[in-house]
Amino acid sequence: MTSAVRFSGVSRHYGAVRAVDAVDIDIAEGEFFAMLGPSGSGKTTCLRLIAGFEQPTAGRIEIFGQPAQGLPPYRRQVNTVFQDYALFPHLNVIDNVAYGLMIAGRGKAERHREAEAALEMVALPGYGGRKPSQLSGGQRQRVALARALVMRPKVLLLDEPLGALDLKLREAMQEELKALQRRLGITFVFVTHDQGEALSMADRVAVFNQGQIVQVGAPQDVYYRPQVPFVADFVGSSNVLPPALTERLTGTRRFASLRPEAVRLAADGLPAVLRSASFHGANTRAVFETEDAQIVALLPKGVEIPPEGSAVHLAWDAADLHLMTGAS
Amino acid sequence: MSSDRASLGLKLAAAAGLLFMHLPLLLIFVYAFTTEEKSYQWPPPGFTLKWFAVTWNRPDVWEALSLSLRVAAISTLIAMVLGTLCAAAVSRSRFFGRETISLLVILPIALPGIITGIALRSAFNLAEIPFSFWTIVLGHATFCIVVVYNNAVARFRRTSASLIEASMDLGADSFQTFRHVILPNIATALLAGGMLAFALSFDEVIVTTFTAGQQATLPIWMLEELVRPRQRPVTNVVAMVVVLVTFLPILGAYYLTRGTESVAGQGK
Amino acid sequence: MSWLRPASDALWRHPRLLLALLLVPPVAWLGVVYLGSLFALLAQSFFSIDEFSGLIVHEFTLKTYRELLNPANLDIILRTVTMAAVVTVAAAVIAFPIAYYAARYARGPWKAVFYLGVMLPLWSSYLVKVYSWKLILAKEGILSWLFETLHLTWLLDAYLAIPVLGGNSLSVSWTGTFLVFLYVWLPFMVLPVQASLERVPLSVIEASGDLGAAPGQTFRHVILPLALPGVIAGSIFTFSLTLGDYIIPQIIGTSRLFIGQAVYSHQGTAGNIPLAAAFAVVPIVIMGLYLWAAKRKGAFDAL
Repeated sequence: MTSAVRFSGVSRHYGAVRAVDAVDIDIAEGEFFAMLGPSGSGKTTCLRLIAGFEQPTAGRIEIFGQPAQGLPPYRRQVNTVFQDYALFPHLNVIDNVAYGLMIAGRGKAERHREAEAALEMVALPGYGGRKPSQLSGGQRQRVALARALVMRPKVLLLDEPLGALDLKLREAMQEELKALQRRLGITFVFVTHDQGEALSMADRVAVFNQGQIVQVGAPQDVYYRPQVPFVADFVGSSNVLPPALTERLTGTRRFASLRPEAVRLAADGLPAVLRSASFHGANTRAVFETEDAQIVALLPKGVEIPPEGSAVHLAWDAADLHLMTGAS
Repeated sequence: MSSDRASLGLKLAAAAGLLFMHLPLLLIFVYAFTTEEKSYQWPPPGFTLKWFAVTWNRPDVWEALSLSLRVAAISTLIAMVLGTLCAAAVSRSRFFGRETISLLVILPIALPGIITGIALRSAFNLAEIPFSFWTIVLGHATFCIVVVYNNAVARFRRTSASLIEASMDLGADSFQTFRHVILPNIATALLAGGMLAFALSFDEVIVTTFTAGQQATLPIWMLEELVRPRQRPVTNVVAMVVVLVTFLPILGAYYLTRGTESVAGQGK
Repeated sequence: MSWLRPASDALWRHPRLLLALLLVPPVAWLGVVYLGSLFALLAQSFFSIDEFSGLIVHEFTLKTYRELLNPANLDIILRTVTMAAVVTVAAAVIAFPIAYYAARYARGPWKAVFYLGVMLPLWSSYLVKVYSWKLILAKEGILSWLFETLHLTWLLDAYLAIPVLGGNSLSVSWTGTFLVFLYVWLPFMVLPVQASLERVPLSVIEASGDLGAAPGQTFRHVILPLALPGVIAGSIFTFSLTLGDYIIPQIIGTSRLFIGQAVYSHQGTAGNIPLAAAFAVVPIVIMGLYLWAAKRKGAFDAL
């Protein structure tokens, strides 16, 4: 399969700050690829490197096999949906969407026809005459999407496109984006700090931390089989068991992850003390203290919660305790 | 605490201050119609429109007005180009010496006008440049740059950097981006800056006395009338016209720049 | 145009080139033409004038500065600086209520009224403003008429009899000069003070009241310190403009000279460019010190 985007040892340093440090990525054509990480982890810089807004200080970037070195953004068949949408305030919606076609020298009638079709695709038919300031946040987001898609990019970059939307709208847009990507078959590269978003939408997720990719894989892999404590904590809010505890439980001295929903109360098992419990509707989040770690459990409805401070025993299926490969 | 209501004393002081700033200007309007020719008598003994006709037929007034308008137009144009370039450079990138550039732009109005004037005059003398229309323009453009610069910098600051990236992302090169995105977004700020620069140039007298040679701009004409009055009523009429002419660009600039936050802060 | 794209590519690859292209015209104009003239002027202050021929001697000397420091000239400098200081203080006192009301209480259309109420006088013709005071202060003008109508002419006469401050009429007195300076530069004080007051959040004032401060104490300990950078920024204008003006004291005031008038007469009729240049250095040095001090107080943020 062809690579849509390939990074080989790409770094972007600002003086002593290593925004992106020796990153290798291989994004396949037609893939929905998410870059997940906390703010400042380098994910947005990677996106900007693909778009051409930033230049790598080291390494090689290829877009569909062609080196991107020295190519300005306007010479790349890559389009971006910006975090703040970046709609042109002086143009109405239809001219915003048709902007790229206008620059490409297409006639007015033709570009308006195509822009209108793109607006229809994002469920905003007939909104062309409005100014961006007259639209809601969700509508602006769709216009930004239409403006990028009308260019028929080979790769579509999305920089936290759902970040400014409220929860309900965000969930609806997640479905729509996913469906759109399937239908168009365009490679999507999606930057987010929301692990739920990344896991539910992407074919593959790259987890960023401190300028480096710490794990790449399918959502299930990243969620259930974190390789380093950072991924366990950031992606799945998993319990990270320190090597000493893991050694006592399994005989192997490694970090291990344990999903909160896998933990249950049992007559026999790891001794622990309940520190606090909070009710979350379908389940109860309980925090336990053991000899060398704090363990969080999501206890399902119906389980009787002992009073805080009680001594209990914790158990889980052996398959749910996942040994990590990463050292730290 | 009653922090939401202004005390009577504060209201009176603010109102008195505003009146102090405006009453003298209103007086100019009254004097333009007085029948008294020889003195500044108050109250005016009578009112007449005669002096408007007299002023209308004075070629020296027309010449001065025409020179002032031409100087202001050309100086404004130069100041708009230079001020915009400077603002673009300062707001688009961080570089060594940015502060120095800002200081350099502000210097011609931060220093007393007489210093700018005498410095330019002695430079013209040294370089043996004869006084002309262009020496006046050179002086005016120098201190007008800052007005355009201030307006443009403020707008650049409010224009999101991602607009430029979005334009390039959609296939526009630097020049197309300038033409289709940057220019439309800063246009009103530039126009406002231009109007203020025009008003500034139209009114300037201190630097002009040093760079004008024998030509008289309207302020120079007025200055001569103030120092050696010839026909006071004509001066009164000209003073009123000057007030009106400078108010127009100021009001224009105000309407162009007010409420722009909601437009430029798009998507934030 | 086919050459534009390659040019754009080149600019994109070399951002410094773009920066240089943007900066060259304005820096050439201001840095070379303007600063060049300024330095040429300063250099002349180190030349001297030959007393017999009246020609400039192009040799380095401090003779002109010695001349600058003779009692008559020191008197001029002292008079101008005193006037600038008095005008600045008066402008700050009058400007503060206007700025304070505009920043804290004016809402909706009143905000616009206050804004334009300051902008219009600021931008109206300088000479017209001076001229209006010639009308006001004239012997037969509105002010005398006002005193007469109120039967207070004796008060005006008594005031004019005071040495230094008074004179034959207000239009040829020190007080007249002061009033015109104050009037003409006042808007330059209002705007920066207002800008700095706009930045004082209401919550800070409420917090002060909440902590038990009376309104007067809040004003003294919270509002005034926060407004100070604005006052200093405004004083840069009032001070600098007064130091360099030569037209106002020429039209309204006594025959005693101010720095601006000295510069003007030395470079003009007297033809003594070196002494004019040395005089011009005085405001530059004073303003340089002033700006340096103001910068340390953070006044530039309020400009």
